[in-house]
Amino acid sequence: MPSRLTVTKTYKLYIGGDFPRSESGRSLPVHDLDERVVAHIAHASRKDLRNAVVAARKAVPGWMARTGYNRGQIIYRMAEMLEGKADEFITALMLPGTHTKREARAEVEATVDRLVAFAGWTDKFSQVLGCHNPVAGPYYNFTVPEATGLVAAVAPDEPGLLALVSLIAPPLAAGNAIVAVSGNHHPIAASILGEVLATSDLPAGVVNILTGNRAELLPWISEHRDIDAVHAADLPDDEALTLRRGMSENIKRVRVREVGEDGWFDADLCTSPWWIEPFIEMKTIWHPAAT
Amino acid sequence: MADQRAASFATRSIKESSKVHALKLALSMVDLTTLEGADSPGKVRALCRKGITPDPTAPDLPSVAAICVYPEMVPIARAALAGSTVKVAAVATGFPSGQYPLSVRLDDTKRAIEAGADEIDMVISRGLFLAGERDRVRDEIAQIKEVCISTSNPSGGSAHLKVILETGELETYDAVRRASDLAISAGLTDYDFIKTSTGKVQPAATPGVTLVMLEAIRDHYLRTGIRIGMKPAGGIRTAKQAIAYLVMVKETLGDDWLTPDLFRFGASTLANDLLMQLARMRTGHYHSPDDFAEA
Repeated sequence: MPSRLTVTKTYKLYIGGDFPRSESGRSLPVHDLDERVVAHIAHASRKDLRNAVVAARKAVPGWMARTGYNRGQIIYRMAEMLEGKADEFITALMLPGTHTKREARAEVEATVDRLVAFAGWTDKFSQVLGCHNPVAGPYYNFTVPEATGLVAAVAPDEPGLLALVSLIAPPLAAGNAIVAVSGNHHPIAASILGEVLATSDLPAGVVNILTGNRAELLPWISEHRDIDAVHAADLPDDEALTLRRGMSENIKRVRVREVGEDGWFDADLCTSPWWIEPFIEMKTIWHPAAT
Repeated sequence: MADQRAASFATRSIKESSKVHALKLALSMVDLTTLEGADSPGKVRALCRKGITPDPTAPDLPSVAAICVYPEMVPIARAALAGSTVKVAAVATGFPSGQYPLSVRLDDTKRAIEAGADEIDMVISRGLFLAGERDRVRDEIAQIKEVCISTSNPSGGSAHLKVILETGELETYDAVRRASDLAISAGLTDYDFIKTSTGKVQPAATPGVTLVMLEAIRDHYLRTGIRIGMKPAGGIRTAKQAIAYLVMVKETLGDDWLTPDLFRFGASTLANDLLMQLARMRTGHYHSPDDFAEA
């Protein structure tokens, strides 16, 4: 019997709930340890970024208007679906030779836990970050947090999956829509994450995932006036500088964290409500009180 | 066939410099429109200011072609547009249904012109057209055209007529072509228009319908030498769509029609997308719709 040809999957972008190829038609080969081409991933262009921003902007009002409780249900569902694809993620993380099987499993498990943690925060962060202000007069005075709008999440190369999800989850929990850019080491894991999101009851466009060459997209992200904030971490200095330079023109909020590869596994650090805080706006309400 | 041909106009590759030219041209062809029951004098004045200077940060951009309002708002628009090149267009003749007695519709037209309208956007009686009473429809258009000729507006000119076919209610391309021929043959003169839609009925302007109407205009021009203008209205929201329409005009009627005198876009949100794309070409980065005022 002739040996069977393996049918390999074409990994694509995740934009507006669909899985398009790059508008530019470009792709990048992915090699295994023996330098053999094992897959091609979509190489996103600035126009793919533009399309992702349009899709995300459309999704903002609906996602923001959901109750925190419902957002929590959906993010928990993402954790469930990710757990179900654990083996696929482990294989993808091991592919470039950066992970042993044990390390890959640890990263996938930490990623699931990260989502569960932020599923919990969705209906609790406003109690922690909001407040009841003492005022001199017959009023109740509340300060309540609301989502900023559209946040770009820019992931470092390692840990490719855990960091990507850790950067998406906090602004997502607060009600922001996300355009996420994968790091350069693990684009396949990012593409599989798109498949997880597509089957997690997450409305189309709330999270969009781009793969390819991160540095190429950064100037367009930082200068895009319809992106309200950027959540990034552990980027090379020149890439962080690119983000900050663009922001000086349009005053968007850019947060480039320094976490370190081990830091990502520290739940106390990465599931703090202060990871949500940069991506909310504070609204203060005066309400007459009976005297 | 019409759909395929119309779709092909969106596939042309356009150079960066030509695109800037096309975006500016499209902006100069916009009939900036507000046709809501809730229109207030303040809203109309704000829209007029936007029409004259679409983007205050780019004063070199052209003004739009006209501000399109209900007859009651014509005096307010007239005053707000004084001294500019922007025309006042009034929808009249019982817009948007046209289901009123002819005498009322003629009077509606006359009063709009006397109040200062440079252009009248009339609706045909689709009910009569679909009932097969084509002569009565033609006669009505001719009478309204007669009012446009015989009434002079405060600046001493006569009003151009735009005949709205409301193609969304005509069902087939054959009917659209027949209605176009009918309207054109009712005595329209140079620089009068035929127009797809009121914007109140879906589908409004589509590339296919526009192509059919442009071909009616072309055939009439080749036969008589009379230049009728075209105004697709409703549903054209993006700069990309607008450019595809310009390509269609150029490839159907030629460069002579690429002027606000003979081609218009009836739209309320298109202007902002054109401004946003022009800003992107000027600054090199993507902009936010929030940066552009609605009116």
